[in-house]
Amino acid sequence: MVRLRNLFAVVMLFGIYSLLSAALFVALDAVDVAFTEAAVGAGISTILMLATLALTNARERSVTRRRALALAICTVTGLVLVSAMVDLPVFGALEAPAHAHVVPRYLLDSYREIGVPNVVTSVLASYRGYDTLGEVTVIFTAGLGVLCVLGAGREPPADDREDG
Amino acid sequence: MLELLALHYNYLAVVVLMMTGLYVVIANGNLVKKVIGLNIFQTSVFILYISFGKRLGGTAPILSPDFELYSNPLPHVLILTAIVVGVATTALALALVIRIHRGYGTLEEDEIERIEAEEQGGAG
Repeated sequence: MVRLRNLFAVVMLFGIYSLLSAALFVALDAVDVAFTEAAVGAGISTILMLATLALTNARERSVTRRRALALAICTVTGLVLVSAMVDLPVFGALEAPAHAHVVPRYLLDSYREIGVPNVVTSVLASYRGYDTLGEVTVIFTAGLGVLCVLGAGREPPADDREDG
Repeated sequence: MLELLALHYNYLAVVVLMMTGLYVVIANGNLVKKVIGLNIFQTSVFILYISFGKRLGGTAPILSPDFELYSNPLPHVLILTAIVVGVATTALALALVIRIHRGYGTLEEDEIERIEAEEQGGAG
């Protein structure tokens, strides 16, 4: 993917990668996340990138540059992260700190309090409803931003570089 | 050390993916590839959070009398939000890419820098 010059193939590989990560989320018990990743990550992202390629040119010209610098930065950062990760809870631990605080209430009481068997739904729409409201605000703002940047509804001026 | 790494293999995968995304962002001059690199980086964070929530022997957090042990639903909710926000930022980034292409006629970082330098040299 790093070496491919044909951007169409790169975008297709990215779609496959998103779909595979959706499968990984199913294996990790996150079925709702998998749905969203398959629909939004693999679907909408790929369509957006294909639309970008259709409006621009689909081939990359320049060669990879700053390769040594990039490799050095990635190696050093990766080693730091690996040295930090051994302090994290073991994968799949039943008593990890992340499961200790509000999660028992969600799992034990949410059916009585909200009445929806899917805990992810009741947390998303009820306990953390304000998060979801904020999310909708972000999407609205991003949509406005895209429309403003692309200047929807009017023809682009002939000499566009002057006002950019 | 090796045993420790084997117990934390999910984080190892996350670090590898994260550094792949970072490498693409730094080393590639093409703007679309940079956006894809950012997306890979983002997916690695999603996988990190979801693997925090996994409990071995647990099942998806949909309540049923047949199951006792569920995985942690809270990271799932956070990442659901993050995926949707991520697509919104990707859309905005791609809109900027299209706008840059309209202005400069190229998506390569070095060519854009060259055009900028020429314009500044011509103006001043």
